[in-house]
Amino acid sequence: MNPQDKRRYWKKNLRYLFFLLVIWFVSSFILGIVLVDYLDGVKKTPEGITVEDSNSFFNGFRLGGFKLGFWIAEQGAIYVFLIIIGLYVWLMNKLDKEFNIEEKEISTSDH
Amino acid sequence: MDVQVWTYIIVGLTFALYIAIAIRSRAGSTKEFYVAGGGVSPLANGLATAADWMSAASFLGMAGIISFSGRDGSVYLMGWTGGYVLLALLLAPYLRKFGKFTVPDFVGDRYYSQTARIIAVVCALFISFTYVAGQMRGVGIVFSRFLQVDITLGVIIGMAIVFLYAVLGGMKGITYTQVAQYCVLIFAFSVPAIYISIMLTGNAVPQLGFGSDLINEPGVSLLDKLDGLSTELGFDKYTTGKKDTMDTFFITMALMVGTAGLPHVIVRFFTVPKVSDARKSGLYALFFIAILYTVAPAVSAFARTNLLDTIPNTSYKEAPDWFRKWEKSGLIAWKDKNQDGIIQYTKGKPFEGKPNFVKLDNGDFKRGFNGEIVVSNKIIKGENELYIDKDIMVLANPEIAGLPDWVIALVAAGGLAAALSTAAGLLLVISTSVAHDLIKKSINPNISEKGELYAARLAAIGAVLIAGYFGINPPDYVAAVVALAFGLAAASFFPILILGIFSKKVNKQGAICGMLIGLASTLAYIIYFKFVNVNLNTPENWLFGISPEGFGTVGMVLNFIITLIVSKFTPEPPTEVQNMVENIRYPGDAKG
Repeated sequence: MNPQDKRRYWKKNLRYLFFLLVIWFVSSFILGIVLVDYLDGVKKTPEGITVEDSNSFFNGFRLGGFKLGFWIAEQGAIYVFLIIIGLYVWLMNKLDKEFNIEEKEISTSDH
Repeated sequence: MDVQVWTYIIVGLTFALYIAIAIRSRAGSTKEFYVAGGGVSPLANGLATAADWMSAASFLGMAGIISFSGRDGSVYLMGWTGGYVLLALLLAPYLRKFGKFTVPDFVGDRYYSQTARIIAVVCALFISFTYVAGQMRGVGIVFSRFLQVDITLGVIIGMAIVFLYAVLGGMKGITYTQVAQYCVLIFAFSVPAIYISIMLTGNAVPQLGFGSDLINEPGVSLLDKLDGLSTELGFDKYTTGKKDTMDTFFITMALMVGTAGLPHVIVRFFTVPKVSDARKSGLYALFFIAILYTVAPAVSAFARTNLLDTIPNTSYKEAPDWFRKWEKSGLIAWKDKNQDGIIQYTKGKPFEGKPNFVKLDNGDFKRGFNGEIVVSNKIIKGENELYIDKDIMVLANPEIAGLPDWVIALVAAGGLAAALSTAAGLLLVISTSVAHDLIKKSINPNISEKGELYAARLAAIGAVLIAGYFGINPPDYVAAVVALAFGLAAASFFPILILGIFSKKVNKQGAICGMLIGLASTLAYIIYFKFVNVNLNTPENWLFGISPEGFGTVGMVLNFIITLIVSKFTPEPPTEVQNMVENIRYPGDAKG
């Protein structure tokens, strides 16, 4: 690879990473933690007691037998993580091909 | 055949398998010993990584914890899987391209500094030793619970097995036994879950089953039933969370980042032939881990439902058989406070500490009026009469659901596989750190290949002995120390690995300051609340409401900031180092 290609390859790699890490953050920290009560259709009173939240769009919503927030926190986020890594493998393999990166077996060496 | 015979047969068969693999894959060179010759296929590495990662805590502990904490348990589910995204995207491919043997190797070379290397070795040793003690203890506990063998003897048997394949085979032996151990542990975890899912909901997929309607009560979903039972008995609804949002955020982040910074997990990615294989094995690893991690919350909900449905407000005499059986192990105990012969179960602790059973002169348990084992603990006011250890949710789950004896035996083999595979991975990190990073790279660079391999084996033997000692004489603070391991991995390794790959300008002064401050702040915070002032360990006293478990996140952020600032005001790294960073960013032979 010439230096220009290298720069392009790295830039694209960084763009992929940014995009995938945003999905990672939103699926777990935003949906699974910050908004989890809203997605469950409940809210906490100042005393810390959970009550139904009729203002939540998701109040009464069920995904099968699951409340949405609960499902994301205990199941959905993990599936999204898998999809993220799957996408990453696919995108990077494509990128390697695009830049004609022939991968030889790299040796683990001790020098 | 009874459970015990089944257990001997199944555990015996799995052990024979591990030993056979160990004998077939003996390591002949340091490269084979440290990284299995670098020739492991991505699929095998994914399987091995999954077994390496999932410890006795994942197998025996996690479902139980979730069972008692409901939605709050998601901290562990997300925290211990989300780290693989970071690992697969930000670390594994680049560290593989770097192509050495250990994490301290990378730190020492990238930051061109022996000091940085030594700090990394100390961190790696500390993290691995704290973690491995718990695993050996886990082995002993499984032995004693299922085979009524003394815990000490159980630990010694476990040590002997690990000794065989870790000392002889090194990474090569460990990798292929871990593949076998993954198969054993996932089978053992899934079979009871599938059985119970079918019994309760008619759905053979547990992940869907715990969101389905009950067979016995058509139209009522399992989780609604569980919420109902919980509120009836005075507990919080199962599907709601109590933990503070901010603290949940910090704990989850610390667990994720800590996972990505654990040396025994990172080193697995050095064993595959190519950079693209490192990416792929990240995907395989999370896939195999996700099978257990998505089934676990289903197991939690099933076990909780069964428990709340059968035990509360039943008289001791009519309680199911498993109740009396597990009572003897001390995992469950009943104190009939109001003396009505009926088990009351609600919020609160029944008495202080773990059950202290009263024994008669002939060694038998002293029995109370209803036939229950008498406890001498100081009673705590309140209506709850039942003590339940969280571990019972997985250990006794097959019995609670009335499954056949061989399934119960399988759980024992699975718990052992989980504990042994993780222990072996950690022992290897310890032996590599000593033989390679300390002896070869710091003390005696002229050591011969044969001498280094010899040193690695000796170090492995030493590590097995020390781990065994802590397994037999566990320090009281084992549980607290696990939080420490994750916090330290998050606060020490993760930031400087990331910066070492994604920035060419970060230098040794920055990395050393960053690691030391990340470490010191996290250590100080955890030690203060977990060891020095245990009674101050409440949300009002925490800094910004962050618990010690979540403080690794703060340490990590501090490490990032300090490393960047110090690097800004000190000389750039030498050109060779910057070229090295350039080189690890491209797979293949990027020089050509």
